[in-house]
Amino acid sequence: MDVALDLLSWALLLLGGFFAVAGGIGVIRLPDFYTRLHASGVTDTGAAYLILAGLMIQGGLTIITVKLALIGFFMFFSNPTSTYALAAAAHRSGIEPLPRAGGANTPEPVENTLPEPLDVTQKRPGSAPPSQP
Amino acid sequence: MALTLGGTEMFAAAALAILATMALALARAIAGPTVYDRVLAVNMMATKTTLLIALLGFLAGRPEFMDIALVYALINFVSVIAVLRLFGRRV
Repeated sequence: MDVALDLLSWALLLLGGFFAVAGGIGVIRLPDFYTRLHASGVTDTGAAYLILAGLMIQGGLTIITVKLALIGFFMFFSNPTSTYALAAAAHRSGIEPLPRAGGANTPEPVENTLPEPLDVTQKRPGSAPPSQP
Repeated sequence: MALTLGGTEMFAAAALAILATMALALARAIAGPTVYDRVLAVNMMATKTTLLIALLGFLAGRPEFMDIALVYALINFVSVIAVLRLFGRRV
Protein backbone atom coordinates (compact mmCIF):
# COMPACT_ATOMS: atom_id res chain seq x y z
CA MET A 1 0.00 0.00 0.00
CA ASP A 2 2.77 2.37 0.91
CA VAL A 3 4.65 1.45 -2.23
CA ALA A 4 1.58 2.07 -4.37
CA LEU A 5 1.02 5.47 -2.74
CA ASP A 6 4.66 6.35 -3.24
CA LEU A 7 4.52 5.40 -6.88
CA LEU A 8 1.34 7.43 -7.35
CA SER A 9 2.79 10.50 -5.67
CA TRP A 10 6.01 10.21 -7.65
CA ALA A 11 4.06 9.96 -10.90
CA LEU A 12 2.12 13.08 -9.90
CA LEU A 13 5.32 14.95 -9.01
CA LEU A 14 7.02 14.00 -12.28
CA LEU A 15 3.93 14.91 -14.32
CA GLY A 16 3.75 18.23 -12.51
CA GLY A 17 7.40 18.90 -13.27
CA PHE A 18 6.78 18.06 -16.92
CA PHE A 19 3.88 20.53 -17.08
CA ALA A 20 6.01 23.18 -15.38
CA VAL A 21 8.83 22.86 -17.90
CA ALA A 22 6.38 22.73 -20.82
CA GLY A 23 4.71 25.92 -19.63
CA GLY A 24 8.09 27.59 -19.15
CA ILE A 25 9.15 26.74 -22.69
CA GLY A 26 5.80 28.04 -23.90
CA VAL A 27 6.28 31.33 -22.06
CA ILE A 28 9.63 31.73 -23.83
CA ARG A 29 8.63 30.61 -27.30
CA LEU A 30 5.03 31.70 -27.90
CA PRO A 31 4.76 34.81 -30.05
CA ASP A 32 2.17 37.00 -28.35
CA PHE A 33 1.16 38.19 -24.89
CA TYR A 34 -2.17 36.35 -24.82
CA THR A 35 -0.61 33.08 -25.94
CA ARG A 36 2.00 33.47 -23.24
CA LEU A 37 -0.85 33.95 -20.80
CA HIS A 38 -2.11 30.53 -21.87
CA ALA A 39 1.31 28.97 -21.30
CA SER A 40 1.47 30.55 -17.85
CA GLY A 41 -1.95 29.12 -17.13
CA VAL A 42 -0.63 25.64 -17.87
CA THR A 43 1.94 25.99 -15.12
CA ASP A 44 -0.56 27.62 -12.77
CA THR A 45 -3.07 24.80 -13.04
CA GLY A 46 -1.44 21.58 -14.25
CA ALA A 47 1.92 21.87 -12.57
CA ALA A 48 0.71 23.46 -9.35
CA TYR A 49 -2.18 21.11 -8.61
CA LEU A 50 -0.32 17.96 -9.66
CA ILE A 51 2.67 18.80 -7.47
CA LEU A 52 0.41 19.76 -4.57
CA ALA A 53 -1.47 16.46 -4.96
CA GLY A 54 1.78 14.51 -4.96
CA LEU A 55 2.94 16.30 -1.84
CA MET A 56 -0.42 15.70 -0.16
CA ILE A 57 -0.06 11.95 -0.73
CA GLN A 58 3.41 12.10 0.79
CA GLY A 59 2.15 14.15 3.72
CA GLY A 60 -0.52 11.67 4.74
CA LEU A 61 -3.40 12.60 7.00
CA THR A 62 -1.60 15.33 8.92
CA ILE A 63 -1.65 19.09 9.30
CA ILE A 64 0.76 19.30 6.35
CA THR A 65 -1.92 18.05 4.00
CA VAL A 66 -4.36 20.59 5.39
CA LYS A 67 -1.90 23.40 4.73
CA LEU A 68 -1.22 22.11 1.22
CA ALA A 69 -4.95 21.98 0.59
CA LEU A 70 -5.22 25.58 1.81
CA ILE A 71 -2.47 26.60 -0.63
CA GLY A 72 -4.38 24.87 -3.41
CA PHE A 73 -7.61 26.53 -2.30
CA PHE A 74 -6.09 30.00 -2.45
CA MET A 75 -4.45 29.25 -5.81
CA PHE A 76 -7.80 28.05 -7.11
CA PHE A 77 -9.24 31.51 -6.60
CA SER A 78 -6.28 33.86 -6.93
CA ASN A 79 -4.66 32.52 -10.11
CA PRO A 80 -7.70 32.89 -12.39
CA THR A 81 -8.39 36.31 -10.89
CA SER A 82 -4.87 37.59 -11.51
CA THR A 83 -4.84 36.08 -15.01
CA TYR A 84 -8.13 37.81 -15.77
CA ALA A 85 -6.85 41.10 -14.36
CA LEU A 86 -3.70 40.83 -16.48
CA ALA A 87 -5.60 40.05 -19.67
CA ALA A 88 -8.14 42.81 -19.04
CA ALA A 89 -5.45 45.38 -18.31
CA ALA A 90 -3.46 44.41 -21.40
CA HIS A 91 -6.55 44.49 -23.59
CA ARG A 92 -7.56 47.87 -22.20
CA SER A 93 -4.10 49.26 -22.83
CA GLY A 94 -4.41 48.42 -26.52
CA ILE A 95 -2.45 45.20 -26.99
CA GLU A 96 -4.13 43.39 -29.88
CA PRO A 97 -4.18 39.61 -30.15
CA LEU A 98 -2.34 38.12 -33.10
CA PRO A 99 -4.49 37.41 -36.15
CA ARG A 100 -4.85 33.84 -37.19
CA ALA A 101 -1.91 33.29 -39.53
CA GLY A 102 -2.48 31.13 -42.58
CA GLY A 103 -5.44 29.20 -41.25
CA ALA A 104 -8.00 27.65 -43.54
CA ASN A 105 -10.68 30.13 -42.53
CA THR A 106 -8.56 33.24 -42.65
CA PRO A 107 -10.67 36.06 -44.05
CA GLU A 108 -8.92 37.96 -46.81
CA PRO A 109 -8.60 41.64 -46.01
CA VAL A 110 -10.89 43.60 -48.30
CA GLU A 111 -9.53 46.85 -49.70
CA ASN A 112 -12.01 49.61 -48.94
CA THR A 113 -12.10 51.89 -51.99
CA LEU A 114 -15.36 53.63 -51.20
CA PRO A 115 -15.23 57.12 -49.73
CA GLU A 116 -16.15 57.50 -46.13
CA PRO A 117 -19.87 58.12 -45.73
CA LEU A 118 -20.91 61.37 -44.22
CA ASP A 119 -21.89 60.92 -40.63
CA VAL A 120 -24.96 63.11 -40.26
CA THR A 121 -26.17 61.66 -36.98
CA GLN A 122 -22.96 62.45 -35.04
CA LYS A 123 -23.48 59.60 -32.64
CA ARG A 124 -21.23 59.80 -29.69
CA PRO A 125 -19.81 56.55 -28.33
CA GLY A 126 -21.71 56.73 -25.08
CA SER A 127 -24.98 58.15 -26.30
CA ALA A 128 -28.12 56.07 -26.45
CA PRO A 129 -29.37 54.93 -29.86
CA PRO A 130 -32.22 57.01 -31.23
CA SER A 131 -35.58 55.57 -30.42
CA GLN A 132 -37.75 54.40 -33.28
CA PRO A 133 -41.04 56.29 -33.69
CA MET B 1 5.81 10.69 5.99
CA ALA B 2 5.46 7.56 3.93
CA LEU B 3 8.90 7.51 2.42
CA THR B 4 9.67 3.87 1.81
CA LEU B 5 11.17 3.61 -1.64
CA GLY B 6 14.54 5.24 -1.92
CA GLY B 7 14.75 8.77 -0.61
CA THR B 8 13.89 12.19 -1.80
CA GLU B 9 14.92 11.95 -5.44
CA MET B 10 11.46 12.72 -6.77
CA PHE B 11 11.24 15.88 -4.66
CA ALA B 12 14.61 16.88 -6.05
CA ALA B 13 13.48 16.16 -9.60
CA ALA B 14 10.32 18.21 -9.22
CA ALA B 15 12.32 21.00 -7.57
CA LEU B 16 14.76 20.99 -10.48
CA ALA B 17 11.87 21.22 -12.94
CA ILE B 18 10.44 24.13 -10.96
CA LEU B 19 13.85 25.83 -10.93
CA ALA B 20 14.17 25.43 -14.71
CA THR B 21 10.72 26.95 -15.15
CA MET B 22 11.66 29.83 -12.89
CA ALA B 23 14.76 30.47 -15.00
CA LEU B 24 12.63 30.53 -18.17
CA ALA B 25 10.13 32.88 -16.55
CA LEU B 26 12.97 35.13 -15.42
CA ALA B 27 14.26 35.24 -18.99
CA ARG B 28 10.81 36.31 -20.14
CA ALA B 29 10.65 38.92 -17.39
CA ILE B 30 13.96 40.38 -18.56
CA ALA B 31 13.19 40.17 -22.29
CA GLY B 32 9.46 40.89 -22.20
CA PRO B 33 8.54 43.57 -24.70
CA THR B 34 5.62 44.97 -22.74
CA VAL B 35 5.17 45.58 -19.05
CA TYR B 36 2.35 43.02 -18.98
CA ASP B 37 4.76 40.31 -20.09
CA ARG B 38 6.96 41.19 -17.15
CA VAL B 39 4.04 41.14 -14.70
CA LEU B 40 2.97 37.79 -16.13
CA ALA B 41 6.45 36.35 -15.71
CA VAL B 42 6.75 37.66 -12.16
CA ASN B 43 3.34 36.21 -11.28
CA MET B 44 4.43 32.87 -12.70
CA MET B 45 7.68 33.02 -10.74
CA ALA B 46 5.78 33.71 -7.53
CA THR B 47 3.51 30.71 -8.07
CA LYS B 48 6.56 28.56 -8.74
CA THR B 49 8.22 29.95 -5.62
CA THR B 50 5.25 28.76 -3.57
CA LEU B 51 5.63 25.27 -5.00
CA LEU B 52 9.38 25.36 -4.53
CA ILE B 53 9.07 26.29 -0.87
CA ALA B 54 6.61 23.44 -0.33
CA LEU B 55 8.94 21.02 -2.11
CA LEU B 56 11.92 22.24 -0.12
CA GLY B 57 9.99 21.64 3.08
CA PHE B 58 9.63 17.99 2.14
CA LEU B 59 13.17 17.82 0.79
CA ALA B 60 14.70 19.16 4.00
CA GLY B 61 12.29 17.28 6.24
CA ARG B 62 10.95 20.49 7.74
CA PRO B 63 7.20 20.68 7.14
CA GLU B 64 7.03 24.08 8.86
CA PHE B 65 7.88 25.53 5.46
CA MET B 66 4.23 25.04 4.45
CA ASP B 67 3.32 28.12 6.48
CA ILE B 68 5.77 30.20 4.47
CA ALA B 69 4.40 28.78 1.23
CA LEU B 70 0.88 29.63 2.36
CA VAL B 71 1.83 33.23 3.12
CA TYR B 72 3.64 33.48 -0.21
CA ALA B 73 0.58 32.26 -2.10
CA LEU B 74 -1.45 35.03 -0.46
CA ILE B 75 1.12 37.79 -1.06
CA ASN B 76 1.46 36.78 -4.71
CA PHE B 77 -2.13 37.66 -5.55
CA VAL B 78 -2.04 40.98 -3.71
CA SER B 79 1.22 41.99 -5.38
CA VAL B 80 -0.05 41.26 -8.89
CA ILE B 81 -3.19 43.33 -8.34
CA ALA B 82 -1.14 46.15 -6.80
CA VAL B 83 1.33 46.23 -9.70
CA LEU B 84 -1.53 46.22 -12.20
CA ARG B 85 -3.11 49.15 -10.38
CA LEU B 86 0.21 50.94 -10.72
CA PHE B 87 0.66 50.31 -14.45
CA GLY B 88 -2.85 49.91 -15.77
CA ARG B 89 -5.39 52.65 -15.57
CA ARG B 90 -8.21 50.88 -13.79
CA VAL B 91 -8.19 47.19 -13.02
